[in-house]
Amino acid sequence: KRLELDPRLAAYKGIWVFVEMERGQVHQVSWELLGEGRKLADILHVELGAVILGGSSDALGGAARSAFTYGADVAYIVADPILADYRNEPYTKAMTDLVNRYQPEILLLGATTLGRDLAGSVATTLLTGLTADCTELAIDPDNRGLLATRPTFGGSLLCTIQTLNYRPQMATIRPRVMAMPDAVPERSGRIVAENLQMREDDIIAKVLTFIPDDAQEQAQLAYADIIVAGGRGLGKAENFRLIWDLAAVLGAEVGGSRPVTHAGWLPADRQVGQSGKTVRPKLYIAAGISGAIQHRVGMEASDVIIAINNDPNAPIFDFATYGIVGDAVQILPALTDALRSRLAVNRRAG
Amino acid sequence: MHIVVCIKQVPDSAQIRVHPVTNTIMRQGVPAIINPFDVFAIEEALRLKDRFGGRITVLTMGPPQAEDALRKAIAYGADDVILLTDRAFAGADTLATSFALAQTIRKIAEEHPVDLVFTGKQTIDGDTAQVGPGIAKRLGLQLLTYVSAIDSLDLEERSITVQRRSEGGVQVIRTRLPALITMLEGSNQIRFAGMDDMFRSARFEVPKWNKERAGIEDVSKIGLKGSPTVVSKIFTPRPRAVRAQMIGADLDASGTANAVLDTLSSQHLRLAQELGLITA
Ligand SMILES: Cc1cc2nc3c(=O)[nH]c(=O)nc-3n(C[C@H](O)[C@H](O)[C@H](O)COP(=O)(O)OP(=O)(O)OC[C@H]3O[C@@H](n4cnc5c(N)ncnc54)[C@H](O)[C@@H]3O)c2cc1C
Ligand SMILES: Cc1cc2nc3c(=O)[nH]c(=O)nc-3n(C[C@H](O)[C@H](O)[C@H](O)COP(=O)(O)OP(=O)(O)OC[C@H]3O[C@@H](n4cnc5c(N)ncnc54)[C@H](O)[C@@H]3O)c2cc1C
Repeated sequence: KRLELDPRLAAYKGIWVFVEMERGQVHQVSWELLGEGRKLADILHVELGAVILGGSSDALGGAARSAFTYGADVAYIVADPILADYRNEPYTKAMTDLVNRYQPEILLLGATTLGRDLAGSVATTLLTGLTADCTELAIDPDNRGLLATRPTFGGSLLCTIQTLNYRPQMATIRPRVMAMPDAVPERSGRIVAENLQMREDDIIAKVLTFIPDDAQEQAQLAYADIIVAGGRGLGKAENFRLIWDLAAVLGAEVGGSRPVTHAGWLPADRQVGQSGKTVRPKLYIAAGISGAIQHRVGMEASDVIIAINNDPNAPIFDFATYGIVGDAVQILPALTDALRSRLAVNRRAG
Repeated sequence: MHIVVCIKQVPDSAQIRVHPVTNTIMRQGVPAIINPFDVFAIEEALRLKDRFGGRITVLTMGPPQAEDALRKAIAYGADDVILLTDRAFAGADTLATSFALAQTIRKIAEEHPVDLVFTGKQTIDGDTAQVGPGIAKRLGLQLLTYVSAIDSLDLEERSITVQRRSEGGVQVIRTRLPALITMLEGSNQIRFAGMDDMFRSARFEVPKWNKERAGIEDVSKIGLKGSPTVVSKIFTPRPRAVRAQMIGADLDASGTANAVLDTLSSQHLRLAQELGLITA
């Protein structure tokens, strides 16, 4: 398995994480990836770099300081008004120029809509390999190569992919799969600022407007601390009210399995699982969900999982923390009531 | 106007099962379908054709059986189809796949210049969403991913305005043709195949192109050889060691609910505090 890398490629050193900023906000997946990148960089004894692209150097400077606290040693910054809104062409150019100049051996991006658009373009421009939607990263001790693992066939199987003879080795990683690192406020690092070798006139695509999602409507599922989720076992759409009721008392977000989003019992953006969202709440309550592998991969990293299912042999009991064998249509309102009365008592006492 | 739509034939994953003993994928008897996301691309192309006229060529790279997917595309109303099939393409990753498809589109454009290329958002088997961007970069097309609606198209000015999904909102973006669009799911609904098209599809002689016909000379860029990524291992997820602790086996619903809250309060102090179950 030992690999003699072409000396031209062996010159590629260091791990980079793309820090994704949209509208001045850094996507949390970027910090998750810095946490993971730090581990890999320590194994390889190389620097961890954060690539930050955007319109204003102030915002980028702030993001760079945060990146250092999450583990980056160096921040590669390109600030240019052209980069204010995400557009494929200038972002691809900025990223590929940086890679060609500083030659990292690994480049990681979040598997978001922005990250996937950019990663696919950068990998093709650099003519290198890109592994999509990974859930696990490791280093091959034999050849210091990246071992990128991703679910396939809806999570039933996993496969590990390597990019042997090309650099950088690229991968996109799902939000919420890697743990959020703790910030170390006193950590700092170096800033390397580069210019974008482009003029606005060179760029054909123009952003006319940006219509932000209604924050109220939008499910903040991926980053919710508490989630109550329902499955087909609830029997009918009306029973989902029991899920919403419990969620309201808990201050939780509502999620569901694929059959219920497909049936329209719940909006599509509330689907948890392989083809939906990956979540890591402190508490996940699953009612009437069988625990199929495609659902499991999206929620098994939750701290505490409480499963309610009337089948004692349901697969969800193989990995839930607590199991209740019973009819969800009865247990859910009982839980809501019990909670409500305890919270009321505590509130009076507190 | 000439539109090329790229589609992939995939196993109907809803019916894919993993063999419980050997841990291998059981494909036997699993029907092959057009990648569901690509159907949105086909429909969007048909709608543009309804409004602006022109022709639609549907392209797939795959084994000889992929002919069925193309026949279906004819039934939906495509004018022409091409099956790119050659043993040399086997084992392609997304870089090699986008090379082969881009090269073929170049060849198609020699006869009828191409204004727009459509792909789906991603497939349901490989699931990478990388082939669309790959083709666009190789052909120097304007890349528009995750498009939910085409607001306007001006063939005189050669401009196009679309809505594309981005993190936290919708970007309205205007650019020039030729462009490549990856179409978001749920953005439209495929029409019923018309009688005429169904008859036409049954008789249609699907053109098969090998690598020479597609103008590919450099075999180092296709198939396994042209693929930087290598699958080094396939395995099943490891099962979690511990089963759930069961609560309330002999209690009624309300008793069970209280037992659950008691367990949280005693076993998960911090969580119970955050929930307000216990006071600090
Ligand atoms: C490519 C692919 C991607 C997929 N992606 C996803 C995904 O992202 N997310 C996802 O969830 N699924 C996904 N699936 C589907 C997945 O395989 C399962 O079919 C799905 O998760 C099952 O949903 P469910 O548990 O709600 O329904 P079911 O499997 O029908 O299970 C219902 C459960 O409810 C229990 N039940 C019945 N009545 C009651 C009652 N009164 N009280 C309590 N329990 C009751 C039953 O015992 C059963 O365990 C995917 C599948 C494929 C092939
Ligand atoms: C389990 C598994 C994991 C894989 N992981 C990776 C990986 O991480 N990185 C990698 O580079 N490759 C990977 N591959 C290989 C990859 O699946 C193939 O390159 C495949 O030919 C195209 O990728 P995709 O299915 O992901 O398509 P996507 O990029 O998801 O497809 C997007 C769109 O491109 C069009 N399209 C895709 N394929 C074709 C085609 N053959 N003909 C016409 N149009 C097409 C369709 O419109 C489709 O909707 C993997 C393959 C498997 C089986």
